[in-house]
Amino acid sequence: MSKVSLENVCKNFGNVEAVSCFYLDVEDKEFLVLLGPSGCGKSTTLRMIAGLEELTEGNIYIGDKLVNDMPPRDRDIAMVFQDYALYPHMTVYHNMAFGLKLRKFPRTEIEQRVKEAADILGIQDLLERKPRELSGGQRQRVAVGRAIVRKPAVFLFDEPLSNLDAKLRGQMRAELSKLHDQLKTTIIYVTHDQVEAMTMGTKIVIMNEGIIHQVGSPMEIYDYPVNKFVGGFIGSPGMNFLSAKIVSEKSRLYVDTGGFQLLIPSKKNSFLESKTDQEVILGIRPEHIQDAVFTDETSITDSFKAVVEVVETLGAEVQLNVVSGEHDLIARVDPRTKAARHQEIELAVNMEKIHIFETEPPNERVKTEE
Amino acid sequence: MSLTLVQQKKRKITYSYLGLVPFLVFFLFPLYWMLITAFKPDSEITSLKGIPFIIHSVPTLDHFKFILFKTRFIQWFWNSFQIAIVVTIITMIVSILGAYAISRLRFLGSRYFGVGIFCTYLVPPALLFIPFYKVVGILGLINTKWCLLFLYPTLTVPFCTWILIGYFTAIPRALDEAAFVDGATYIQMLTRVFLPVAAPGLIASTLFAFTVSWAQFLYPLAYIYRDEEKVLTNGIYTTLIRGDVYHWGELMGGALLASVPVVVLFAFLMDYYIAGLTRGTIK
Ligand SMILES: Nc1ncnc2c1ncn2[C@@H]1O[C@H](COP(=O)(O)OP(=O)(O)OP(=O)(O)O)[C@@H](O)[C@H]1O
Ligand SMILES: [Mg+2]
Repeated sequence: MSKVSLENVCKNFGNVEAVSCFYLDVEDKEFLVLLGPSGCGKSTTLRMIAGLEELTEGNIYIGDKLVNDMPPRDRDIAMVFQDYALYPHMTVYHNMAFGLKLRKFPRTEIEQRVKEAADILGIQDLLERKPRELSGGQRQRVAVGRAIVRKPAVFLFDEPLSNLDAKLRGQMRAELSKLHDQLKTTIIYVTHDQVEAMTMGTKIVIMNEGIIHQVGSPMEIYDYPVNKFVGGFIGSPGMNFLSAKIVSEKSRLYVDTGGFQLLIPSKKNSFLESKTDQEVILGIRPEHIQDAVFTDETSITDSFKAVVEVVETLGAEVQLNVVSGEHDLIARVDPRTKAARHQEIELAVNMEKIHIFETEPPNERVKTEE
Repeated sequence: MSLTLVQQKKRKITYSYLGLVPFLVFFLFPLYWMLITAFKPDSEITSLKGIPFIIHSVPTLDHFKFILFKTRFIQWFWNSFQIAIVVTIITMIVSILGAYAISRLRFLGSRYFGVGIFCTYLVPPALLFIPFYKVVGILGLINTKWCLLFLYPTLTVPFCTWILIGYFTAIPRALDEAAFVDGATYIQMLTRVFLPVAAPGLIASTLFAFTVSWAQFLYPLAYIYRDEEKVLTNGIYTTLIRGDVYHWGELMGGALLASVPVVVLFAFLMDYYIAGLTRGTIK
C-alpha cells in the first residue's frame, strides 16, 4: 500500500506563498505528474512529500502513516533530482549501493539488486565508472538506478529529463513508462513539459502560481480544461483564444468573433443560452481547425475565411498561421492542403470541440455538455 | 611574421614564467639566506669581508650540533608538534560543524553569523593576550603548553570556518538531500558524502590550522617561561638571543629544522589538493 495523501498542505517561505493550501490523493501504483510553468511550486510540493521541506500547514500521509515529522530516511521514498546529484567520489556501483549499505543489507543482496537494476537500465558496463566519466543520459540512468534498487513505496522525480537533448528525452520517456509498468509502484513526477505529462502520466495535476487548477487524466484535462490557463497550457501549439460574443439569431446561437460567426451545435444551446449577448473567450485547439476541403464528415463543423501567413510543412500535417480580421490563429490541417502564403483559405472548425471561457479571471470554462 | 597557435601559446607561457621570476627571487631569498647562514662558521657570519651571498669557507654542522644537543630543541619540537596536531583536530571538528550549519541550515540570524565569525578573526592577538592571560590564569594553565590548546583555536577556528563556508556553499544542496533520501543520518551524510566531496576545502583549512599553530609566536612567548614547556617559536627565540647577542648560525639552523614539517605537510597534501580540485563536479 503506497497511497500518498496531502491534506490541506501549504508552504510559505517568509512572506512568499510558494504553495497554497490544497488536498491531493495519489492512489497506489499511480503515475502522477505535477505539471506547471517554472516557479509554480511543483518542486516545493515534491520536496514536502520527500521530507526535505517542512510544511507550513497540513498533513502528509504515505501509506497510512502520518509523515509530517518523519525524516526522509524513514519515509520509504526515493527521489531522482533534476541534476541527478550523484555522489561524485563514488563509482556507479557504489552510488547505487549506498542506500542499501546504509540500511545494512547483506552484501550478496546488494550485489544482486544493483545488478538487477543495472540490467533494467542497460548500465551493466558502467558500474566501475565515476559519474564524471558518464554522459548526461547515462547519469540520468544511474540516478534512476539509485532510486529503484531501494524498492521504495513511492518514487519522486523532479524534472529528471530536463538536462537531456530532445531525442534522448523521448527515449527516456518511453523507458520510464515501461519502468512504471515493471515496478508497479507509485510515482510522483514533476515537470514543466506537457508532452512528458501527457505521455507518461496516469493522472495530471496542473499548477500555476502555487495553486492547483485541475487534477485529472491526460484526456480529461485535454478535453475538458477547467479554465483558460489549463486550456492554454496543455496542447502544442497552444489553444487559440479569441474574444467573442454569444449571439442569438432566429433561435440559433452563434459565437461571434467580430470577423466571423460560427454556428453553435444545437445540443450545446441549453448550456449557452444564458450567455446570450455576453462577452466570452472562445478557445479552439489548432488540431480542431481543418482545411474545409478535407474535413472529416462525422463531426459538426462551421467554417470561416482567413488569409494564410505562414505554411509549415511537418510531414504528417501542415501547420498554418492565419489571420482573420483582428484574430491570429494557428491551424493544424491535413497535409493535402493547397494552402499557400497570402492566399485566402476556408477553414472548418470542429464545433463539438470548441471551448467557451469566462472573460473574468479565473476564466472558468462554461459547461457546454453533460 | 605570423605565428601558429601553438607557438603563440608557447610564447604566452614563457612570458608568464618570466613574470614570475621577480616574485620567486623575493620569496626565496630569505630562505636562501637562512640556509647559507645555518651552514656558515661563526667567523664568516660576523666577518665583513667577501661576498655575503655564498659560503667561502668549509660548510659546518656546528650550529646544528649545538641546537640539537646543547638546547632543548627536540623537546620544543615535540611540544610544537603535539600542540599543532591537537589544535588542528579541534579546529577541524569545530569548523566543519560550524561551517555546515551556517551554509546549510536556516536559523535565526544564520545569514549574518558567517560574517560575524570572520570579524572575530580580525581582532589582533596583540589586543587579546592581556585578557587571555587572566583566562589562562583562572584555568591554571600559565606556564604549561596546554594553554595553547585553548588559545590557538581562537585564531584558527574563525578563519577555517570561513574558508569552509565558501567550499560548502559551492556544493549543491541536492547532494546532501540525496544522501538523506538514501537513508543517511546527519553524521553519515557528513562523513560518507559531504566531507569527501569537500576534501579540497578540508585540506586547505587543515594546512592553515597546522601552519598557524606551528608558527604562532606571541601567545607562547607571553605565557610560557619554563624551558621544558616551551614550543619551537619561543624556545628558539629565548634561548638563542641573549640580550643583544644573536646566535645567528643557531637561530637559522633552528628555523631551518623548524620549517621541515610544514614543507613536508604541504608537499604531501598539495597532491591531494590538486587532485581534489580537478575532480568531476556534480552535473
Ligand atoms: N528556499 C526558498 N526560499 C524562498 N523562496 C523559495 C524557496 N524555494 C522556492 N521558493 C519560491 O517558491 C516558489 C516555487 O518554487 P519551486 O521551486 O517549487 O518552483 P518549481 O515549480 O519547481 O519551478 P521550476 O520549474 O523552475 O523548478 C518560487 O516562487 C520560488 O521563488
Ligand atoms: Mg523545480
